[in-house]
Amino acid sequence: MMLADFFANVPLMIMLTGALVGTAASLVGVFLVLRKNSMLSDAISHSIVFGIVIVWLLTHQQSGPVQIVGAALTGVLTVFLIELLVGTRKVKDDAAIGLVFPVLFSIGVLLLNLYARDVHIDTHTVLLGEIGFIWLDTLTIAGYAIPQAVVWMSVVTLVNGLFVLLFYKELKLTTFDPALAKALGFAPVALFYALLMLTSTTAVAAFDAVGAILFIAFVIVPPSAAYLLTDRLSLMLVIGIVISVASSVIGYYAAAAMDVSIGGMMAVTTGLFLAAAFLFGPRYGFLARSWRQLRQRYVNESRTLAVHLYNHEGRADARDENVVSALQDHLWWDARKSLNVIDRSLRLGFVVRDGEELYLTARGRQVALELLEPWRDKGA
Amino acid sequence: MSGFVTFFGDYTIQNVMMGAALLGLISGVLGSFAVLRQQSLLGDTLSHAALPGVCLGFMIAGARELSSILAGALFTAILAALVVLVLTRASRLKTDAGLGIALSVFFAFGVVLLTYIQGTGNASQGGLDAFLFGQAAGILRSDLYLMGGITAFSLALVAAFWKEFKLVSFDPAFAATLGLPVVLLETVLTVTIAFAVVVGLQMVGVVLMAAMVIAPAVGARQWTRRLEHMVVLAAVFGVVSGVAGALISATGQGLATGPLIILSASALVLVSILVAPERGLVWEGVKRWRDRRDLEANKVLTTLYGLAAHHKDPAYPAEQGMIDTYHRIATRHALSRLAERGLVEPVEHMRDQEGPHWALTEAGIVLARHLRRDPVSG
Repeated sequence: MMLADFFANVPLMIMLTGALVGTAASLVGVFLVLRKNSMLSDAISHSIVFGIVIVWLLTHQQSGPVQIVGAALTGVLTVFLIELLVGTRKVKDDAAIGLVFPVLFSIGVLLLNLYARDVHIDTHTVLLGEIGFIWLDTLTIAGYAIPQAVVWMSVVTLVNGLFVLLFYKELKLTTFDPALAKALGFAPVALFYALLMLTSTTAVAAFDAVGAILFIAFVIVPPSAAYLLTDRLSLMLVIGIVISVASSVIGYYAAAAMDVSIGGMMAVTTGLFLAAAFLFGPRYGFLARSWRQLRQRYVNESRTLAVHLYNHEGRADARDENVVSALQDHLWWDARKSLNVIDRSLRLGFVVRDGEELYLTARGRQVALELLEPWRDKGA
Repeated sequence: MSGFVTFFGDYTIQNVMMGAALLGLISGVLGSFAVLRQQSLLGDTLSHAALPGVCLGFMIAGARELSSILAGALFTAILAALVVLVLTRASRLKTDAGLGIALSVFFAFGVVLLTYIQGTGNASQGGLDAFLFGQAAGILRSDLYLMGGITAFSLALVAAFWKEFKLVSFDPAFAATLGLPVVLLETVLTVTIAFAVVVGLQMVGVVLMAAMVIAPAVGARQWTRRLEHMVVLAAVFGVVSGVAGALISATGQGLATGPLIILSASALVLVSILVAPERGLVWEGVKRWRDRRDLEANKVLTTLYGLAAHHKDPAYPAEQGMIDTYHRIATRHALSRLAERGLVEPVEHMRDQEGPHWALTEAGIVLARHLRRDPVSG
């Protein structure tokens, strides 16, 4: 049976789980990053430990629909408490985030200490997850034993995808222009809370696989990397998902090769993608920006030279001023820089050189005029 | 009583309490600056980012050697702060994303290293898990010297550059015009957060250290407007919550120390927000209730004055039922409060046909005139 083999393939299932976690997280993460609310995912993913423990104590269910609903409520509770604290105007919003989630997390850990000493959810799993063991818990659907994590992550990914597809226009508007969205009656607050509920359900579904903290990497890092690569929301979503999936595959093989935490390696790989995007992004990357700045500086230097030559052109002092050696005294450029600027200006076609003397070309004269008399018509 | 002596005479308990006190001291003082500079979440990022450093320090020392573990933690925490700075300054990413990226990727790297160490089967690796949530009972006397040294150094730093730190925290632009090296001072303040994180590693662990930087400072902020008082109070809150958490943990049924310390600190924050003089929510509520009551009484007074003026009779007896109708609420309490203040008095008028009547006194007329002219400050 082909399909049965597929579901029994442990490495494939692990990579699929990672890819699903990454995809679902990126779908919500894109909007959190764009709204400058990334750290709410930090708060939510820590807080759901509280929700998970409470639901576990009440129902002894570690995953499944009850847990997911419980997590959604915990996420909303977290954000509600944060906004309550900010609303008192005694605490700034960043401090409020840092006060609320440690409290809920602490209560969760203490409850685990007290009541759940010997069960499968210990504090270690809570933090780190164990994606390598997802094949231990399976659900039988249509005769196939499918890992629970895959089932629940598929459901959550589907829901997140549908949410983004159905409310794409609304999400876009509330993200980029909340005031207009409100004026047009799009209920930005309701949409925001819906987004946070999906973030918490995703966190709890991903919990067994990657734990509370590694989840943050999947929410924030791929969308941030995508943000460095594109200006289009739709493309940002796609790139975020692609990076997540690639990180899961690469992370799995790297972890397997070194025999280390698979979830940890997947998260580290998202960081490598971010570093690459930061350095090599075509438009917003560090190198591209530096290169643009450098080129701009060069052009500005050549324009400065053009203005200098223009000021003295045809005047009595032109023989003293419009020579190579004068640049050192009058523009404070050292010898090497002067020569470099002249060299570049020659190539730009701003000046021509005759021995020591420098002359503007028609092009160079136009450049100088544009700077000195910007009100003039270009043609004049 | 002998149990008490045995308890506090216990070597471990002494160590734990001293460690907790040191942690409270350093995080309260340094956290004050972080909170005022709105860098609360930097503590969160730096503490999570200490995990790979813990592992690296362990790997380099080859054993659970605290000094190298703390050095490693300090190194990666500062590195993470640098990453946040580079990401937010040199790219279009905002602070929240920068903090989140550094936090999660550094932590993930720490997890990878942790599993790597476990994989190498090093027998003494068992101690490393303690740095996740803290394990106060594992603190040795030699560890305390190290923590004490870092704390003393940080406090000396704050004392030496008090004026500069204060100015940079409240008005960096002004500090720059005075010629202070603002970037350097801000960097030093950020590095000191890493110091606090490092001291807290054994007590509360990397995950919860964020709250320890924030909570004592936020609590202290409610009680005072002066930085001097805030820093001292934050240190006190830090020490109290540290010792309280450590004690409960030491006596209880193996409850983790970190969460208990954090909950103690958070409880102090809650109390402070509620009852701190002036700023406390309770007092604000009381004041709002009083203001509303006084406003109501003033409105009733001017109504009486209006009626008297309309009838050209300063002693005009107004019927209480009519005043109720005017205000659409029962004004009995407002009237009796006005009467207590000697502004109105009950009068006998057609007692049998209608309800009680009220008239303005001399003082009431004066105040009502004043209120009508100047309704705000009346």
